[in-house]
Amino acid sequence: MTKQPIITVNDLVKNYGDFAAVKGISFEVYEGEIFGLLGPNGAGKTTTLEIIETLREKTSGRIIVDGFDIETDTDSIKKRIGVQLQAAGYYPNLNLSELITLFSGLYGIDKSPMEMLEKVALTDKAKAKYKDLSGGQKQRFSIATTLINNPRIIFLDEPTTGLDPQARRNLWDLIREIRDQGTTVVITTHYMDEAEVLCDRVAFVDGGYIIGIDTPDHFIDQLVASGFERKKQVKLANLEDVFINLTGKEWREG
Amino acid sequence: MNPKPYSNTKATLAIAKASFRSILRSPSAVVFTLAFPLIFIIVFANIGGGGVTVDVGVAKSCDTLSPVYQALKNVKVVHLIKDQSTEEMNTNLSKGSIDAIINIQKNNTRPPFTVNVEYTKASAEKGNILRSVLSNIYYNINNNAQINTPPVAEIRETTIQGREYKYIDFILPGQLGFSLLSSGVFGTAFVFLSLRLTLVIKRFFATPVKRYSIVLGEALARMTFSLLGSLFIILVGHYMFGFTLVHGVTTVLNMLVLSAIGLIIFMGFGFTISGIAKNESTVPPLSNIITLPQFLLSGTFFSVTAFPKWLQGISNVLPLTHLNNAMRKVAFEGAGLGDVTHQLFILLIWFVIIYAVAVKTFKWE
Repeated sequence: MTKQPIITVNDLVKNYGDFAAVKGISFEVYEGEIFGLLGPNGAGKTTTLEIIETLREKTSGRIIVDGFDIETDTDSIKKRIGVQLQAAGYYPNLNLSELITLFSGLYGIDKSPMEMLEKVALTDKAKAKYKDLSGGQKQRFSIATTLINNPRIIFLDEPTTGLDPQARRNLWDLIREIRDQGTTVVITTHYMDEAEVLCDRVAFVDGGYIIGIDTPDHFIDQLVASGFERKKQVKLANLEDVFINLTGKEWREG
Repeated sequence: MNPKPYSNTKATLAIAKASFRSILRSPSAVVFTLAFPLIFIIVFANIGGGGVTVDVGVAKSCDTLSPVYQALKNVKVVHLIKDQSTEEMNTNLSKGSIDAIINIQKNNTRPPFTVNVEYTKASAEKGNILRSVLSNIYYNINNNAQINTPPVAEIRETTIQGREYKYIDFILPGQLGFSLLSSGVFGTAFVFLSLRLTLVIKRFFATPVKRYSIVLGEALARMTFSLLGSLFIILVGHYMFGFTLVHGVTTVLNMLVLSAIGLIIFMGFGFTISGIAKNESTVPPLSNIITLPQFLLSGTFFSVTAFPKWLQGISNVLPLTHLNNAMRKVAFEGAGLGDVTHQLFILLIWFVIIYAVAVKTFKWE
């Protein structure tokens, strides 16, 4: 499969007054991959993401999303992407099924709420309020709302933060499933084990710059080739494997 | 991709539907729009003329045994004053602190009673209430008398319809105004602030929805809810407490049009507050600054004419005063919208001012 770029970011700069949050970054996201933006807090990940999502104005640079220029064609882009925001709430007093109906209206399409909820295994919560869901359920519901318009790309900003290991693994499966159905996924995370198993390629962002972009395997091989060694001998399993082994694979709600 | 062109109407209606559902499930909206006004109506309707009273001086020579006087005594709106001297009554009448002087005379010829009423230009409005009350009494007394007997009392005011001005006729339009004011100001301010703070609006912006769809959808939902609330209050008032609707359905429709106009203006205050407020706890104080003075000074509970002149000056600036006045004219006097153009004009000025401010202060993020 030839790698076809679906997002092209060229020399993106974002200044907030005197503060430069993003200082000229360029990268490409290929169609059908899970692409990870990694980096410490304040590195500019969320800013970069929100500019691509058309939620923020850029200071300079050029961005093409699925063939559309972010400067001239925001509406076409909005129709082709799904966005999950860090810490976004949902319309108060509505249940999940009504929220899906609302979003269908916002996208101008007819989608049955049950069909969307089934994709994220939340049909039994159709009448529940968003605020009464567990952390994992909330994230799965957020992802359902990003899929309503059959997007070409979805953006997930730290979707697994605060989840227990079962819910996290369950979400990985869901994200992989979405990728396997042909949707490109752009994700940010602070968990490197997650990026390692989930992402096809990752970019490291720090201080407003991209300091490296490659597959997780290549990054690790390079580091090992440079003579790096972990202080502690790596065992065949880690503590999370023990946790999953002891508490079972199926995720818990509560 | 989506073959159909994107429909802004569909998006607007989706927001309106969601917002309407949300309002129905929010206890504060229901309490402020329906429960409070109804409680006030029930309480005040039963207290009777607690707010508007027509102070009527009773002349020393007045026949207090006459049936007209007895009937007048039972009208709660009318407050009969007997402890003032003739001179005092005359000065007070000219100042408007009493609204009329009544002198009922027993005649030896027919009709058996003549009622002399001295009105004052200083209190023309209250005078009209008394006039209305009196003609109602005449009508009842003369009707109750046997068919063949001549009229008991002389009907002087033939031009005035014998319509009883009940306290509900005063309190209900005021409560409608109050309901619209609190729903428009508190409701709008809270909803837009919380949608902004919880990033609901930001999430909306990641969809193709237009900004005006969000505002229009919300406004549509609040309008539907408030007008249904107004209709409910009017119907309860009419069927349970005898609220006067001069031209029936037409009057109700006129009142709903006025409600809509009032609500649009009050929502302007709500938009402004949602822009100024930093967090949810600053909404109530800011909203109270807008609603409380109008609640007290706009003739919701007490007639504006009961205030001293300087206070009336303030009252006459507030939008709710003019909404209330227009409502009362429409409901009780049977005026059409064309008869309340003065009030509508002042409301239009408020509309221009408040939306100019709202556009400047409103924040999306």
